[in-house]
Amino acid sequence: MNTELSGRTPLGSLADKWEKHKNELKLVNPSNKRKYSVIVVGTGLAGSSAAATLAELGYNVTAITYNDSPRRAHSIAAQGGINAAKNYQNDGDSVWRLFYDTIKGGDFRAREANVYRLAQVSGNIIDQCVAQGVPFAREYGGYLANRSFGGAQVSRTFYARGQTGQQLLLGAYQALSRQVGLGKVNLLTKKEMMDVVVVDGRAHGVVIRDLVDGKIEALTADAVLLCTGGYSNVFYLSTNAKACNVTAVYRAYKRGALFANPCFTQIHPTCIPVSGDYQSKLTLMSESLRNDGRIWVPKERGDTREPNRIPEDERDYYLERKYPSFGNLSPRDIASRAAKEVCDDGRGVGPGGKGVYLDFADAINRLGRNVIEDRYGNLFEMYQRITGEDPYSVPMRIYPAVHYTMGGLWVDYNLMSNVNGLFVLGEANFSDHGANRLGASALMQGLADGYFIIPYTLGGYLASTGVGERTEAVREKATEAVQHSEEKIRHLLAIKGNRTPTSFHRELGKIMWDKCGMARNEQGLRSALVEIPQLRDEFWNNLKVPGTGEELNQSLEHSSRVADFLEFAELMVRDALHRNESCGGHFREEFQTEDGEAKRNDNEFTYVAAWEYNGNNAPLMHKEHLRFENVELATRSYK
Amino acid sequence: MNLRLHIWRQKEPGAQGMLKTYDVADVSEHMSFLEMLDVLNERLLENGEDPVAFEHDCREGICGTCGIVINGRPHGPVPKTTVCQLHMRSFHDGDSITIEPWRASAFPVVKDLVVDRSAFDRIVQKGGFVSVNTGNAPDGNAIPVPKVNADLAMDAASCIGCGACVAACPNASAMLFTAAKIGHLHSLPQGQTEKGARVYNMVLAMDDEGFGACTNHLECEAACPKGISALFIAKMNAEFVINSLL
Ligand SMILES: Cc1cc2nc3c(=O)[nH]c(=O)nc-3n(C[C@H](O)[C@H](O)[C@H](O)COP(=O)(O)OP(=O)(O)OC[C@H]3O[C@@H](n4cnc5c(N)ncnc54)[C@H](O)[C@@H]3O)c2cc1C
Ligand code: SF4
Ligand code: FES
Repeated sequence: MNTELSGRTPLGSLADKWEKHKNELKLVNPSNKRKYSVIVVGTGLAGSSAAATLAELGYNVTAITYNDSPRRAHSIAAQGGINAAKNYQNDGDSVWRLFYDTIKGGDFRAREANVYRLAQVSGNIIDQCVAQGVPFAREYGGYLANRSFGGAQVSRTFYARGQTGQQLLLGAYQALSRQVGLGKVNLLTKKEMMDVVVVDGRAHGVVIRDLVDGKIEALTADAVLLCTGGYSNVFYLSTNAKACNVTAVYRAYKRGALFANPCFTQIHPTCIPVSGDYQSKLTLMSESLRNDGRIWVPKERGDTREPNRIPEDERDYYLERKYPSFGNLSPRDIASRAAKEVCDDGRGVGPGGKGVYLDFADAINRLGRNVIEDRYGNLFEMYQRITGEDPYSVPMRIYPAVHYTMGGLWVDYNLMSNVNGLFVLGEANFSDHGANRLGASALMQGLADGYFIIPYTLGGYLASTGVGERTEAVREKATEAVQHSEEKIRHLLAIKGNRTPTSFHRELGKIMWDKCGMARNEQGLRSALVEIPQLRDEFWNNLKVPGTGEELNQSLEHSSRVADFLEFAELMVRDALHRNESCGGHFREEFQTEDGEAKRNDNEFTYVAAWEYNGNNAPLMHKEHLRFENVELATRSYK
Repeated sequence: MNLRLHIWRQKEPGAQGMLKTYDVADVSEHMSFLEMLDVLNERLLENGEDPVAFEHDCREGICGTCGIVINGRPHGPVPKTTVCQLHMRSFHDGDSITIEPWRASAFPVVKDLVVDRSAFDRIVQKGGFVSVNTGNAPDGNAIPVPKVNADLAMDAASCIGCGACVAACPNASAMLFTAAKIGHLHSLPQGQTEKGARVYNMVLAMDDEGFGACTNHLECEAACPKGISALFIAKMNAEFVINSLL
């Protein structure tokens, strides 16, 4: 059952692999490029950068998003920054160090060659974005400024106030808009991808549904790029935008693409705590705040004094105490678990004891309010708007929340899934972050994939396979896939039960947070495997969706996404149950050291678990063994 | 708190719409405005009624998807705040709240509170970019930018493309949105090469899309959730005039 997968990593030394591979990839003649059609699903950082660049090269590109404009993709919300090994600070940074930090941060569960390539192209990303007019922060001399992020001891994060994702996405969106204006990209907004058309192991197109009039149709192409983001919303409450969902990649999985490491999800340590059961989403407070904010809880349990009345020696700055060399900038998984630990110990603050303080008093004394306002003004405003409290005078209250998903569709070194011609970019793939992603590296990866990797590897694929003939078999499959999607919509509308899609989504989210969240154990996971199918059964018997499928119907859209989450959740739990070790964001309570740190099991689990859909039977697992030829598998220590 | 809502209901583009009244009870002051609408929608759904369609996504004030006119003010009563970031602590028990879509002929209503803002994308497609293909760029630090210029560019680039400026303007003008993009690019050395063509093409695109002219009411600036300054409009106008004379 377990077949061995190969990442098809090129030979050669780590530093030369990418250069060598680019030289060996076949090229498509410039005048032939327009004969090839490419569908790009998603217009976040990964999708917009890919669609723009491929159109510049001359390919015939169609870009699809469910948003009303490409600029609204979830990437827009990224706050803190983007990493690059520029060493502008002269503090000893290098491609090697960025590579090493990322591999180590990922707890040695990512492919060496991919991560090294990511570090290699990181500098080009900054150059490209600057040329596009991305207004990065500058020093007084006019040169680019940097800040520090978790898991690194150099300052390599580039930023645009607290709106880095917005500015990078607008850069890519503008590049894309230019191509749309030139007639080189066919842009389709408010269209949701419902399925992939696969014939004989090759992707030939997608099925899309128009969200305004409900029309479902198939589009064919020579290659399909899924750039559809992450699946954090399987937890219902997360920092992701409300519409983020798993449908595109889950549908591809059901058509044969392998889903890798679905249980690797990231909990971000600094989010605004939940305030009530009407809560619709969680808001991130950027990790960059940990540069100047100090995290603490009272030393005594149940201490309900106002924070400013608790004297210094009665506070526990637990990250500084436990991890003296990284302190408040410890990686996310570690900082999140430490917060959970102190709250479980009864020392949490705020309503329900689910919070810790992030305190700027020292920084304000040291640097002055102006400096703090300049660095984080918009984040402080956002905090105040949501909570009604002023973080300049009272410490912020924060708590971990689901934020990012390292798992995703399995891809090889060329970013192609096991389905030929189906490429996966950005958060939607599993590639570079292993079991835990370091801050400011998702933006880097999305743009690396779109601007600097896919333009080469897609060319190599098309040059060696040629156009995908629209054979009778392809037309039949496309029609069948359209009918399949129409049937799904009809089915959802026909249930006419009593419960709303949101109520199912919330309940699923609670199961996932309790049993497959920050800490997991066998018993909890096993009970989730019972509860999820029960909830799914109820969903298909008791869902209530008003209206029709031929109009703008937001309840129907949501229901269709929840239906996929309800299946996908089970895959996630299965993956978490099989991985009998703790690594990165995957913390299995049975596998920890005496002082509560994650205990990896390198002998048995140094592999990527890639799951194959198997109808109504349990999915099949394939393994890609990870070989570390350049780094030593060290125990991750931030002490 | 208990509230009475008067909400614009319109089945589809071009259909006759009207305000319908709904009462919502037990609203917590910690809810966001959209969460309050979520609660209403859950209730409508449970009663088998069609929920109110409204747009939203990030709910963090950054994607620009949300946009509702509340008691005549785009994004509601709190300055520099999108409706997704507006919290119910800004309202009082017993309040009556009128909730309507953006109104502008260039933003046709799709359903209830949802409008079509694709005209904004088409304006950007006419020149809201720097023409630099991937791979052309020199080293990032080869283009130093004085901090004041970078800051000014960032101020303008903060526009989220929500369209509140258009909704607030008596002429439904898109000047603030367009001027923000031009102001962003023209504050930087990278934006200089295509300056003339950019301003010319984007201004013409604005007219083509059916947005109105600017007669200096400055309602746009007051409504803008990102505090984009109307000075960018003056700057754009000056550049447009210079370019038309050339
Ligand atoms: C609040 C927040 C802050 C963050 N801050 C940082 C940071 O400071 N630094 C950092 O490096 N990373 C950060 N991240 C992570 C980072 O923003 C994301 O991982 C990254 O932007 C994902 O980009 P993407 O292009 O892969 O996907 P997305 O930006 O999520 O785009 C997905 C696209 O796919 C489309 N789509 C999805 N499904 C379908 C479908 N079925 N049909 C049609 N279209 C579809 C959507 O419309 C959208 O256009 C942050 C994340 C969050 C939530
Ligand atoms: S200028 Fe302000 S109001 Fe107008 S679209 Fe931009 S952010 Fe919205
Ligand atoms: S929902 Fe994104 S700005 Fe309001």
